[in-house]
Amino acid sequence: MKPISELWVYLAAEPLLWLTTTLIAYVIADRISAFFNRAPLANPVLIAVAIVLVLLKLTGTAYPVYFTGAQFVHFLLGPATVALALPLYTHRKIVMRALIPIAGALLAGAITAMVSAVGIAKLLGVSGASLIALAPKSVTAAIAMGIARELGGDPSLTATLVIATGIIGAVLLTPLMRLIRVKDPRAIGFAAGTASHGIGTARAFQLGSLEGAFAGIALGLSGLLTALLVPLLFRVLSF
Amino acid sequence: MMFAIGLLLTCQLAGESLTRLFGWPVPGPVLGLIFLFVLLLVRDRVQSDAKPIATTPLNEVCAFLLANLSLMFVPAGVGIVQEWSTLQRDGAALIIALVVSTALALSVTAIVFQILAARFSPEREG
Repeated sequence: MKPISELWVYLAAEPLLWLTTTLIAYVIADRISAFFNRAPLANPVLIAVAIVLVLLKLTGTAYPVYFTGAQFVHFLLGPATVALALPLYTHRKIVMRALIPIAGALLAGAITAMVSAVGIAKLLGVSGASLIALAPKSVTAAIAMGIARELGGDPSLTATLVIATGIIGAVLLTPLMRLIRVKDPRAIGFAAGTASHGIGTARAFQLGSLEGAFAGIALGLSGLLTALLVPLLFRVLSF
Repeated sequence: MMFAIGLLLTCQLAGESLTRLFGWPVPGPVLGLIFLFVLLLVRDRVQSDAKPIATTPLNEVCAFLLANLSLMFVPAGVGIVQEWSTLQRDGAALIIALVVSTALALSVTAIVFQILAARFSPEREG
């Protein structure tokens, strides 16, 4: 038998190890989430990320090395976004009847997400690039990073804030909706997609297909609206 | 099955190409979503005897992807380690801003939706 270090040399250089790790971590996280009846805190993204982080720490593996394997999973975000067309099509009649609530909630939600994040952080003494990175935090990473880059923010910090917002929103969604007594699945799904993009949408699909469909619509629309509004916000605040 | 996967990728490819070509601020996959939606509507018009979409492989592939949407955010989530230093510097302030603002955004969106829906489009017809 060859020494184990030689095996590690092979594994460390190939994408196989970290691709497998990502999948297994997700399967475990999803089982845990199911075991707790999809309880808000048992969020599969949160658990799977924690498992992978511990393994990277233990093996002293750098993120770029991890990503050579994980990129195949990351790539699926694109086709999965296109796949949102299907629930939208299936529920198209319900969606068409809700155009006015969609437009109103979109405008109110996107502006609240942007203004409140920047306002609270400014009050707490955050400034400069971190403040710019915060504004587009509620929209899907691809749009958010583009906005940050254009305004001189830090795209990779933005990506981190986007992911954190997604997880926070997914965890808060059901307890908060119960607290403010919102029961309409359309409203719940739409709020998830507006405030916490794809991870909120993933949570909405756990609740049901109608919630998921409305989250998907919100994800696309709020991304577009925020791309238009953030530059305007910073011009108004004249940073 | 392969046709369905090919269709999804083709829509994404068309979306990515067009947004890059014209410099639109829309992510390619979101444009791809719109393309696929329009294709499904056209299919209804052209093919009146078409199979219901729920029985097609396309539905199967899409349902599979969307049921496992959480998986696809894991690599980016792990990327948080790279930003650890910035998060520690402004850490508390950023986290408070994120939590409060996300809670506000969720509530405002849901409440505005519910008020407008009660007035203009109740959950059930009639």
